[in-house]
Amino acid sequence: MTFLAYALYFGALIGAALMLAAWMARVYAGIPALAGVERLLLRGAGVNPGRDMAWPGYALAVLAFNLVGFIVLYAILRGQGALPLNPDGIGGMAPDLAFNTAVSFVTNTNWQAYSGEAQLSYLSQMAGLTVQNFVSAGTGMAVAVAVIRGFTAAKGTTIGNFWVDLVRSVLWILLPLSILLALFLAWQGVPQTLLGAVTASGLEGTEQVIARGPAAAQIAIKQLGTNGGGFFGVNSAHPFENPTIASNLAQSLAILLIPVAFCFLFGRMAGDRREGRAIFAAMAVMFVAGLVVIHLYEAAGNPALGLGANMEGKEQRFGALLSSLWAASTTAASNGSVNAMHDSFMPLSGLVMLVFMQIGEVIFGGVGAGLYGMLLYVVLAVFLAGLMVGRTPEYLGRKVEAREVTLAVLAFLSMPLGILVGGAIAATVPQALAAVQDAGPHGFSEILYAYSSATGNNGSAFGGWGAAGTWHTTALGLIMLLGRYAIIVPMLAIAGSMIRKTRAPVTSGTFPTHGPLFVTLLILTVLILGALTFFPVLALGPIAEETARAAGQSF
Amino acid sequence: MLTQMRPALTLTLFFTLLTGLAYPLAMTSVAQKLFPDAANGSLIAQGDRVIGSALVAQGFAAPGYLHPRPSASGWNEAGTGASNLGPTSALLIAAVAERRAAWRAENGTDAPIDAVTASGSGLDPHISPENAAAQAGRIATARGADPAAIAALIDSAVAGRSLWLYGEPSVNVLLTNLALDASFPFAPADGKGTPTE
Repeated sequence: MTFLAYALYFGALIGAALMLAAWMARVYAGIPALAGVERLLLRGAGVNPGRDMAWPGYALAVLAFNLVGFIVLYAILRGQGALPLNPDGIGGMAPDLAFNTAVSFVTNTNWQAYSGEAQLSYLSQMAGLTVQNFVSAGTGMAVAVAVIRGFTAAKGTTIGNFWVDLVRSVLWILLPLSILLALFLAWQGVPQTLLGAVTASGLEGTEQVIARGPAAAQIAIKQLGTNGGGFFGVNSAHPFENPTIASNLAQSLAILLIPVAFCFLFGRMAGDRREGRAIFAAMAVMFVAGLVVIHLYEAAGNPALGLGANMEGKEQRFGALLSSLWAASTTAASNGSVNAMHDSFMPLSGLVMLVFMQIGEVIFGGVGAGLYGMLLYVVLAVFLAGLMVGRTPEYLGRKVEAREVTLAVLAFLSMPLGILVGGAIAATVPQALAAVQDAGPHGFSEILYAYSSATGNNGSAFGGWGAAGTWHTTALGLIMLLGRYAIIVPMLAIAGSMIRKTRAPVTSGTFPTHGPLFVTLLILTVLILGALTFFPVLALGPIAEETARAAGQSF
Repeated sequence: MLTQMRPALTLTLFFTLLTGLAYPLAMTSVAQKLFPDAANGSLIAQGDRVIGSALVAQGFAAPGYLHPRPSASGWNEAGTGASNLGPTSALLIAAVAERRAAWRAENGTDAPIDAVTASGSGLDPHISPENAAAQAGRIATARGADPAAIAALIDSAVAGRSLWLYGEPSVNVLLTNLALDASFPFAPADGKGTPTE
């Protein structure tokens, strides 16, 4: 039954992603019937849609757009108390929290150091966060398409026009899917209203304040855009964000849909769908391996609490299976929404989630971000393969040389910098240490999880850890910027450098990058580079906790 | 970067109007037309008194009602929360042991796991069928009703898996308590038709 449930889910996911990839390929190539609307909008914004950009121009456009987005969102959050659509009379956000939240949504992290129902007006939710949910996802998708062009398009100097790619991502991919999902969720019971909270008097006479709001529209894009920031504080565990098993399945599919479709889009743009399937296969193998670990541990439960699945922090209707599937998807895909509390998962389930984030969110990853992140490892994998066989490494007919490898390593370094350096400081400074809730190794895992989540632009948390103090709102804000742009800029530079190279014809000496051998090599590269960098800290956190637990210890 | 500022500002404004206002407002008006109950929070009213939402747990302590799962936030909807305690937390292990003892004293059986662990939301509207069935005897005594009839009502309230594969069978506590009140009103002795308030 368990196997069948997962098999059916993956079948539906792959089928939907294949169809979406076909649509996305047409959208990014330009659909004549939609060109009129695009041209009107872009001309109005002062953009010549026919003019493509070299990589520095593309990168500057990304940075300019995200900077404006940050300033607008910060202003809305600070001023929400005086702005309309605020039926519950919520005041403006403190400066450090507004900085953290604005960075978090602009970088597609959606780390939540606040609780939505208590600290955000409906205007902030809609005109602030929902907008960034769309455009931060659109930014990631645009960058990914530009990077794919760098690897696959004919020799040239330009990698596309950011404004065109952005508009196409939002208007023709994210928005139509969000409308469908929002209406489905509203039908299932997710509120979509501008009325404020209602006070109920329960059957036993106790008063209960029931927060509501325009949630369905926000939640639809939060899942499709791998954003993850909930309308309510407890995210998709809240019965209003995720009321039914059907709403849970729809959201679970939405989390992975676009990231998986990007693998197949890559194959289409490369002119050889096997190349996309190879990248998908590498991601899928790692995903399933992690999912199996989480499922087995959560279904077996915690003997210290009693017989049965590990139900602390989980909803009865979801149980172990749907909670494990969600936990694996949300950490692999850089989504960060939760339908169960990760802090209360078993130690080795937590280990899998940490590894998924620490390798840089490349197992499906964020929309677009997962694919360009994986291409970073592809560059390193073909480089290693080239060293082994003693030939200049090539990928898709183009030589991978010192410049690309240097840039890839540079991009990779942002992960250890954010997680190990940021985490080490947070584990030593007393002011920062106060955020830890649990005693023993689990407390260390809480720090590690927060800094891994921020660097990987994931956004989920071990929720017992106090994210709201000034130290962490500031440090994590800076680290989220590092985890986003210190990867985007080098990857665009790699694309700009690859596209200038001539594509060599395939010979018998070419190392094929679509077979099982390459898939294995790619997985090994991810695990050796990514996982080994973090093994020592994982030993201090989840591994130490598991050995203590096995010995019957508690803290 | 300056040449990129005009498109950055214009498109930010455009997307704010489109995805930040037009999209959520359009979804609001469509959802309000098509599914007004669901879009407003699935509220349950008795007369003009809102007694809760079908989707949100509320606390029950009286012996005549089904009891929900423990809530780390006391069923406070506006400030929801979980314990977020880790699997080796001594605090968590002690809290669960304490709940287990209380459950046994109340219901006379060993507690199912969902009855002693707190949900992620603190608002889990459901309990497991085993949890619900084990409370039938206590409810029957409090209501002076036939235990078999109470057990049958609870059994008919069980919602199964989705597509026979997904999720876990569950019983909605608030809806079942309303059904109990309708079918097995409290003996008129307490004068109010509801248990001690």
